[in-house]
Amino acid sequence: MTKLVSDRQIVVPGEALAEGDYRVGENVYRHGKTILSTMVGIARVEEDRVSVIALHGFYMPAVGDVVIGIVEDVGVTHWLVDINAPYPGVLRASEAFGRGFDPTRHELLDELKIGDVLIAKVLSFDRTHDPVLTLGEGGLGKIRDGVVVSLTPSKVPRLIGRKGSMLGIIQQKTGCQLTVGQNGMVLARSQDKRMENLVIKIIKLIEREAHTSGLTNRVAKLLDAEIERMKGD
Amino acid sequence: MGKTRLIDENGLRSDGRRADELRPIKIEVGTLENANGSAYIEQGKCKILAAVYGPHEAHPRHLTQPDRAILRCRYHMAPFSVPERKSPAPSRREIELSKVIRESLEPVVMTELFPRTMIDIFIEVLQADGGTRCVGLTAASLALADAGIPLRGLVCACAAGKVDGQIVLDLNDLEDKEGEADCPIAFIPQLNVFSLLQMDGLMLAEEYEKAVNLALEGCRRIYEMQIEAIKKKYREAKAEDNNQ
Repeated sequence: MTKLVSDRQIVVPGEALAEGDYRVGENVYRHGKTILSTMVGIARVEEDRVSVIALHGFYMPAVGDVVIGIVEDVGVTHWLVDINAPYPGVLRASEAFGRGFDPTRHELLDELKIGDVLIAKVLSFDRTHDPVLTLGEGGLGKIRDGVVVSLTPSKVPRLIGRKGSMLGIIQQKTGCQLTVGQNGMVLARSQDKRMENLVIKIIKLIEREAHTSGLTNRVAKLLDAEIERMKGD
Repeated sequence: MGKTRLIDENGLRSDGRRADELRPIKIEVGTLENANGSAYIEQGKCKILAAVYGPHEAHPRHLTQPDRAILRCRYHMAPFSVPERKSPAPSRREIELSKVIRESLEPVVMTELFPRTMIDIFIEVLQADGGTRCVGLTAASLALADAGIPLRGLVCACAAGKVDGQIVLDLNDLEDKEGEADCPIAFIPQLNVFSLLQMDGLMLAEEYEKAVNLALEGCRRIYEMQIEAIKKKYREAKAEDNNQ
């Protein structure tokens, strides 16, 4: 068991991280005895486990994820939703019309049109089927106000922060209500448009500097400074 | 008929390099805002831009593979990349190089992780000066890494050949055209495998062996520069942030 890189070092695909009986975590693979990275990211070499936190990636759906998507096609019995993944999200008509859905009586366009934005949950997904979405839980459904910002999906954990610390600070200081989709789409809602714009700015900052340390403190400081400036206007 | 002398009495080549010297290389990762991943490389007078999109739904649908992603590669030379205007339509040579480059990248991309999808790779030669397939391949592998697509490793590529009876590294256009042989290779250092091995021209068996070894040495040097280029992108973001 030998470590070949130091913890939190930036690594590239194919870079050897460790040798020996480590457990294989995210974004790494085993080649013989060596464990190598598959992504550009930050290495995490723990006691018995090696993983890489990707700096840039795409969203791979997982069952139970809350995602924000945009309707891209309306069929006879389902909608197709762009969820920023390699696969389209399938939203069945019964999610909006209930068990009594009848394609001869109900018109899908009455509920959701192309371009509508919604919050949904991934109900099922595997290698052979496209992700099926559901709206049947609290907080899910069509979005009617607010702004949607996107960031690279691998940085969603950074936006949320340890035990939600980062997200908590942003919500508390701006008074915006944030919904974070695991696919990197974030909904910000507030009465104050200026606060929504500030949230966009902050999210872009987090995306750019996700791999740096002390980010939560810097975000807090920037928020204070910006809010102070707004009061002055 | 008098042949052009490609290596002078001091052992220097037409552009002043020694036999085992690479052309000066400049690499930039993440040049393009709109692509998922991109890279720009200058190797001597070669200037090449590579961009990657995906994985996304495969179109046309019938190309879809149920167990893996498919790669689609387009190598293209801009009409202004060569001294005489080149027709922008894909030529026989470009279609062949697209295939060869795609097959060189396939062993590193973990396509089995996202079945039924497609990854698009675009290689645009802005200025050509010999060895564009290798330079393009080096850039494409960086663009894939920049797009956040899981890779087993990076692919680095370099050519060696025979010019004026000598084995030389990284041929330029003049040496490629006037020389005796050109042997481009692509290498995956982590897996210790070749993913491209071609040769054009005539060499003795021992010369061939020497050329492959020299090209391999060139690949290793380029590999170091590839790593440096990726890390530089993120180090710069870090430096910016310390200045604030």
